[in-house]
Amino acid sequence: MIINSRFFNRSELIGFLTLALLLFVILPLSLDVFRLNLVAKYLTYAFVAIGLVMCWGYGGILSLGQGVFFGLGGYCMAMYLKLEASSVANTKIQSTPGIPDFMDWNQLTQLPFFWKPFHSLPITLAAIILVPAFFSFVIGAAMFKRRVGGVYFAIITQAIAAILTILIVGQQGYTGGINGITDLRTLHGWDIRTDHAKFILYFVEVILLFACIVAAQFIRLTKLGRILVAMREQEDRVRFSGYSVANFKIFAFCAAAVFAAIGGALFTLEVGFMSPSFVGIVPSIEMVIYTAVGGRLSIFGAVYGTLLVNFAKTALSESFPQLWLFGLGALFIGVVLAFPNGLAGIWQDYIQPRIDRLMAARKNPTFKLPDNSVANGAPAE
Amino acid sequence: MFGDYSLSDLGAIFAMQGFAGLILFSVYVLMALGLAIIFGQMGVINMAHGEFMILGAYVTWMTSNVFQKYAPWLFPEYFFAAMILAFIASGALGMLVEWALIRHLYKRPLDTLLATWGLSLILQQAYRSIFGAREVGVELPAWMMGSWQATDSIQIPINGMFVMGLTVLITIAVAYVLFWSSWGKQVRAVVQNRVMAGAVGINTEKVDRYTFGLGCGIAGVAGSAFTMIGSTGPTAGQLYIVDTFLVVVFGGAASLLGTIASAFTISQTDSTLEFFMSGSMAKVITLLAIVAILMMRPQGLFALKVRK
Repeated sequence: MIINSRFFNRSELIGFLTLALLLFVILPLSLDVFRLNLVAKYLTYAFVAIGLVMCWGYGGILSLGQGVFFGLGGYCMAMYLKLEASSVANTKIQSTPGIPDFMDWNQLTQLPFFWKPFHSLPITLAAIILVPAFFSFVIGAAMFKRRVGGVYFAIITQAIAAILTILIVGQQGYTGGINGITDLRTLHGWDIRTDHAKFILYFVEVILLFACIVAAQFIRLTKLGRILVAMREQEDRVRFSGYSVANFKIFAFCAAAVFAAIGGALFTLEVGFMSPSFVGIVPSIEMVIYTAVGGRLSIFGAVYGTLLVNFAKTALSESFPQLWLFGLGALFIGVVLAFPNGLAGIWQDYIQPRIDRLMAARKNPTFKLPDNSVANGAPAE
Repeated sequence: MFGDYSLSDLGAIFAMQGFAGLILFSVYVLMALGLAIIFGQMGVINMAHGEFMILGAYVTWMTSNVFQKYAPWLFPEYFFAAMILAFIASGALGMLVEWALIRHLYKRPLDTLLATWGLSLILQQAYRSIFGAREVGVELPAWMMGSWQATDSIQIPINGMFVMGLTVLITIAVAYVLFWSSWGKQVRAVVQNRVMAGAVGINTEKVDRYTFGLGCGIAGVAGSAFTMIGSTGPTAGQLYIVDTFLVVVFGGAASLLGTIASAFTISQTDSTLEFFMSGSMAKVITLLAIVAILMMRPQGLFALKVRK
């Protein structure tokens, strides 16, 4: 196996630059602020999708509970924004001023203890990373140390997503219930509802997205990434070689959770609210769909897959609301049956070789293309 | 939370909530039996299982309407016809799905999860287009209404006992088919060693198809029972799928006895807790307990000892 010592090989560099060009230049120039904000909303899911590439595509751990971490990140951010929005001056008509409005409606007279740290922005930013990391560590440690994996892990993470949703909906006074935390206005005094703020937030988000892409690519290229792939293919051999399989799995799962949480926090900022409908089973599985459509082995593919599915969703549900679920279902079945590696797989199998052949033919008519499928981490059949 | 009740009150509460949990238990058992066959025996994760159940519920609803309109004198007995029709409809759809979708994915269990999720979305939208987005309720015949006064403070609903008895019969039938009939032996042979089963002359593709059909058909019967506790809507099946998977996993995937025991534990815990606290908290505590136990004992309650 040839291990590429460069950070990006040529085609990955082209992919990176194309995506950067698209997100930094083409989309902001061609879309109005409303559409750009939609793209920003879609891109928050791309964080989750990149996390899933790490943990599902490379590590082989299918988590159906990424919505949990997306939600935890989002709720941490929403709690901070909500506390800022419900200052004593803003809420003086309530029976208890200074607490969020939904608490007042539910006869709470005091801020619950777990809301108190969210008065501070630095603690909030730390919590967005640390709370999901801690949760995923506990879940991962409990499961992987006992060698629960595969299907069982998927079902249990799904159950956890269900539990968290029921809990949020049921504890209306503490969480805002089914409506979620709404009416968010400012971030540290900066109004996030203006067009200007949305524009800036979009760029902040894209920069963070590229930071995550680079981090994911870094993980993929180090020994850690190699071990993840090895673990997916032959877990026992990796274990017999002396590696602690559970720890690597926990790491991949935690990394995916942190990515998802960053996406969730940005989602709250972009959209201006957070609700349990982004936490439960259905959104969690939809996030897996994005990754599957984009290609579970491709970091860039996950971003394109997220954008594509969401654009299709918006377009179809705007014009043919009846057809959307048919379309999504068919897309999913089609991708799984015919293209298990998604868009990136189609690109790699059909389009890339042609481009390479064209380039090679131009340079040197007798050039033979090296087989690079193993080096790219494609699963062995 | 027990402080406000006297001991005899508590006894009556537990008994009544216990019987109230019986219908839930029956639906869980029937759903989980189908899933235990599909997941435990075939290794396929059927996320559309809830939609097969809802198909059975819609068939029951249609049957009751047809009987009410064209054969009112037979209406008291419609439920038996509805169950058989529900079994046939869900089973036939299951076999079709196996042929078109599942058989290509036997080597990739996690992908069956994703593909059947897509299928469940399609089915939900199909129900919404055909039957409308509004939930429909089934009218029960007169003899199923009311309840049986066991003691002064304990009342047992008749439809609960009926569904319960039915569940027992179906469970025995499934156990017989899987463990004593020659077809059941073929199923287990295919599960244990597909290549070898093929070599001794078992038509493995046919066995797969009928096994999947049987599991889905039982889900259809579960849908019939479901019409008694809830109204049927396009997305009602989705609410039960996670619970059902937990029932199967908690019981130990390949064990029918475990499935029944875990369905009983889960439905009774849920139903008893529900009396003392809000429904959502009862559910959260039940699910958390299951997840916690599964973390300590991943193989489930009744695990078969198999060498891998």
